[in-house]
Amino acid sequence: MARILEKTELAPDIKEMVVDAPLIARKAEPGQFVIVVVDDKGERIPLTIADFDREKGTITIVFLEIGKTTMKLGRLNAGEEIAHLTGPLGNPSEIPEDETIVFVGGGVGTAAVYPIARKAKKSNEIISIIGARTKDALIWEDRMRSVSDELIVTTDDGSYGRKGVVTEPLKELLEEKKVDRVVAIGPAIMMKFVALTTKPYGVKTIASLNPIMVDGSGMCGACRVQVGGVTKFACVDGPEFDAHEVDFDLLMKRLSTYREEEELAKKLFVEGG
Amino acid sequence: MRAGGVTEGGTTLGVKTGAWRNFRPVRDEMKCKRGCEPVAIGRLERFVADWELENGLRIPEKAEPTGKKVAVVGSGPAGLTIAAELAKKGHEVTILETLHKPGGVLVYGIPEFRLPKRIVEAEVEYVKKLGVNIMTDVIVGKTLTVDDLLEEYDAVFLGTGAGLPLLLGIPGENLAGIYSANEFLIRINLMKAYAFPEYDTPIKVGKKVAVIGGGNVAMDAARCALRLGAEEVSIVYRRSEEEMPARREEIERAREEGIRFVTLTQPVRFIGEEKVEGMECIRMELGEPDESGRRRPVPVEGSNFTMEVDQVIIAIGQRPNPLVMRTTEGLDYDRRRGIVIADSMGRTSKEGVFAGGDVTTGAATVIAAMGAGKRAAEAIDKFLRGE
Repeated sequence: MARILEKTELAPDIKEMVVDAPLIARKAEPGQFVIVVVDDKGERIPLTIADFDREKGTITIVFLEIGKTTMKLGRLNAGEEIAHLTGPLGNPSEIPEDETIVFVGGGVGTAAVYPIARKAKKSNEIISIIGARTKDALIWEDRMRSVSDELIVTTDDGSYGRKGVVTEPLKELLEEKKVDRVVAIGPAIMMKFVALTTKPYGVKTIASLNPIMVDGSGMCGACRVQVGGVTKFACVDGPEFDAHEVDFDLLMKRLSTYREEEELAKKLFVEGG
Repeated sequence: MRAGGVTEGGTTLGVKTGAWRNFRPVRDEMKCKRGCEPVAIGRLERFVADWELENGLRIPEKAEPTGKKVAVVGSGPAGLTIAAELAKKGHEVTILETLHKPGGVLVYGIPEFRLPKRIVEAEVEYVKKLGVNIMTDVIVGKTLTVDDLLEEYDAVFLGTGAGLPLLLGIPGENLAGIYSANEFLIRINLMKAYAFPEYDTPIKVGKKVAVIGGGNVAMDAARCALRLGAEEVSIVYRRSEEEMPARREEIERAREEGIRFVTLTQPVRFIGEEKVEGMECIRMELGEPDESGRRRPVPVEGSNFTMEVDQVIIAIGQRPNPLVMRTTEGLDYDRRRGIVIADSMGRTSKEGVFAGGDVTTGAATVIAAMGAGKRAAEAIDKFLRGE
């Protein structure tokens, strides 16, 4: 059981929760994730640790209400409990020194980028690009600004910041200056195009992959991804990998395995109120 | 879990006086060596637990509290057994479990029709009634390390099992529709995906399912697939039925239920666009015996053929998870086999750290793990008493 201490609506379908999890907070590092089980009939889903406070013993999760599980989670309020929370899982991000790093966050991926950028800021130049569909769906702009030397915002519809996708300003940056590393976290399709954008420039690019997971500890292999032609388990070998080596098309196919079931579960949940 | 493991040393102790208490008739059967009439372990497990469900749990006398604390990592058969034994001896025991339910392989691996979950729940209840504290959702090596545990506990027992699935390493293995047996069984047993959408975890079941492997886990996965509505389920095994590591009884059950056996056949490549659609295989023939004593399968050149399948379950074995080994200072392990090195009493290279069950042997049986838990309980008790 993990008690929700604070709940904030960041956008109509994006929630931030601060959760009491002292054991996880004590060990958490940027780049790691937790497995969440909302209730006794719940599935196990991975969510990135968006922030943590070792002293208060809390972690922060940010999620898009996209299916039944995240909608159920979103209905819980401060004071209520999440049935199960396990972590911190996965490997911490590699934080280099004296580099110029471009962080790219798409959608709720911005929250996953934040703790990595915060830690990296201490010894690197940070340029961040965060993107969303529309102004209302943009999250953590202030936080990202506080950990970036430069922040670029894009929206698909142009309602805020630059109109367009994150890869456009990224390409301009790569043309303009020497970038040592790009770290991208967001939808698989965004990470795929970030990798395609940086590839011709030969800039090291890291993506944090978001495959389907069950146990999150190396047992099931649901999260198998192909990196440089080799099978990796995102839960224990990742979640961060060299984006130029990742087979994103395969990742997307595997992500759509349960599309029908996800739609059905969501429909029944929404209809059931 | 292999049939051959049934007769491995010390198992009678585990059954007779371990967590599966009050069951004696098994003893003679356990003497049976591999190759003779198979021991009905599945039925045995059910019998013991059914007996107790009907007759009620007897909580044995506990020794006076010793003031010593023991952390047991993993709540599978080894962990539950040792926790019960140490609690009876008066030690304060805490079990740490990665998953959200205790029971280890008993809840995630073995299907309901072989081991009903209410039986495992009764076992867990028994252990709790002995005063054992069970903490789920704690992954040792991540949430806490063994060294963290040693600051709070006087001894640590590692019973982390063999939870890492082996894969074939052939092209197309990561196509959608291809599962490890672990994933398939975890979704069904632990997550109750058979009851989707009442339960949230989904599962796919194909029309034509191939299960790769010839062990008990392969039989379990095949029978689950059939129960969930697959039209045709085939066990695909590279040697002949004679060499299958599954217990005879499990093979017979699978056959009775209508599982096809495609033996002397090895997949070489999976085919498909969006998901798996077929499996290219090669025929095998048996050559000279290998180090396991079984005749080695040799590919028959030019015998390739394609099987039409829309789901594949890979059940070619499991290894221990290396997480605890890699995060524990001074714990010796066999890198090649991926197992913790421990003596017959479960003593490891690290002071105060003991291990037993699949994590020290590689994938074996529930009974063997219980025996290991029982022996390590003796060793830990002696260690705590300073003997």
